[in-house]
Amino acid sequence: MTNRPVLPGGILLAVLGSLCPFLWFVLTSLKSQIQVEAIPPTWWADGSLGFYTSALIEHRLLHYVRNSVIVAGATTVIALVVATPAAYALARLRLPRKAWILSVLLCVAMFPPIVIAGPVWQILERLGGLNTHWGLVLPYVSLTLPLAVWILATFFHELPFELEEAARIDGCTTWQALYRILLPLAAPGLFTTGILTFIYAWNEFFFALLILTDPERQTLPVGIALFQGEFIMPWGEIAAASVIATLPLIIVVLLFQRGIINGLSAGAVKG
Amino acid sequence: MTQSTRDRTTGWLMVVPALTFVAVFSLYPAIDSFLLSLYSEFPGPERSFTGFGNYAELFQDPVAHQAFIVTLGFVLLSTILELILGTGIALVIHERFMGRGWVRAAVLIPWAIPTVVASQMWRFLLNDQYGAVNAILFGDKVDAYVPWLADPWMAFGAIVLADVWKTSSFAGLLVLAGLQVIPEETYDAARIDGASAWQRFRHITLPLLKPALLTALLFRTIDAFRVFDLVFVMTQGGPGDATQVIQFYGYKTLFTEGRVGYGTTISVTVFVAIAILSLFYVRTVGSKLLQREPA
Repeated sequence: MTNRPVLPGGILLAVLGSLCPFLWFVLTSLKSQIQVEAIPPTWWADGSLGFYTSALIEHRLLHYVRNSVIVAGATTVIALVVATPAAYALARLRLPRKAWILSVLLCVAMFPPIVIAGPVWQILERLGGLNTHWGLVLPYVSLTLPLAVWILATFFHELPFELEEAARIDGCTTWQALYRILLPLAAPGLFTTGILTFIYAWNEFFFALLILTDPERQTLPVGIALFQGEFIMPWGEIAAASVIATLPLIIVVLLFQRGIINGLSAGAVKG
Repeated sequence: MTQSTRDRTTGWLMVVPALTFVAVFSLYPAIDSFLLSLYSEFPGPERSFTGFGNYAELFQDPVAHQAFIVTLGFVLLSTILELILGTGIALVIHERFMGRGWVRAAVLIPWAIPTVVASQMWRFLLNDQYGAVNAILFGDKVDAYVPWLADPWMAFGAIVLADVWKTSSFAGLLVLAGLQVIPEETYDAARIDGASAWQRFRHITLPLLKPALLTALLFRTIDAFRVFDLVFVMTQGGPGDATQVIQFYGYKTLFTEGRVGYGTTISVTVFVAIAILSLFYVRTVGSKLLQREPA
């Protein structure tokens, strides 16, 4: 529907605009210290991995990677386990106040983090959850649940309603109908929701900054934001750490682009 | 027990864990913030009930005014730019061409990159000595290099730029979902009538895209209100208070200075602003899922 000659230009612009800034950071991570400090900057890199070893060893980046894997992994699993039955019930069972519950969830998804930050901090202080991974996972689960429930509910909604009737005739309970019949069919939705939850928890900074003050426990975004050198900004190491933090997400996007696009628009427009 | 009451019990059992999480870690904290905002500054024995005293102070606070103006400016500018660029991106990745999957993935990458990483990246790109932006604009003329983040207006522009780079593709995906429901035949008739590409976009695509654009607009507006990471990493609110958005001001008041009463007052005010937008959103777009009931 658009003019054909315009298209290649648009594609080029979109791809270059999206990738070039980050590619510069990738290039920086592969430079030597002398190249990073060159004024004007050099347009090549000598392919040195010095910044990677320095980030991984001197700045103990693997620690942060491990913490991020634990927090994001646990958040994803718990959010899915809690969101799936809720989404199923809201999409397919007769429940009073269903509309009301979905609206509340939607509103909660819009909360600015700052409005819940203070009291959440106090709750965790009382529970002994400050500076622990579970203390961060609990609010993460709560923050990702609304969107997870909405996306999953949309997926459940699209399956034919005759499925449960058939299951019930075969003597299945509601739970069995969910786990044996609907869940396998909704697997793509579950997978997409899992990926979106994981990306959220992997990238989240605000709560991680508040709850994890001990460098031993901090996640990658906190580590990268608070990266300090002794005398100068260690740009090479920051770039290397950034590439390491981003690489898993790039792989996920390359592999599951279609699912991510469907999931994001399911939560918003298809509704 | 009848079928329907058993259904209802099971249904509630399925919903309760999710609702408990949301109640404990979102609803209760929001209410508690409001209650805390009715008390004087610091927690402790001298704490006293002040009613809406903190809110009265907030309305007089020039730093808060500045923060609200900066936030509104950021929200308006970034949202408009993201919608325009997002629509452009959507039009491109909606077309059928070889390697479209790769292009879609490439466009998604800024969205997937952690905001903290994007912030450090732009901070480095805009660096006054080693930054690529200066090198592209001025080449070898090192004397002309601009310390972008040291100038109030440029720093504000830098934060908008970083946000637009990072989230235009998300806006684009929401617009794409809108494009996908426009039937191809709609364009055939216009093409036969000799409408140009621009006329078809202006008179067919744009009106039919309205709901998707509205969704994208509200999603982005609400999200832009919550900007924090970019400011924390790129400018720390500076220079001066030029980029001190409301969420950053609230964070400083609440957690750096420990002024619980006033800090929660700021956060509740942000909340109310967003709540008004959310209500608008729920009423216009959000209730569609609820219209289809199981047979």
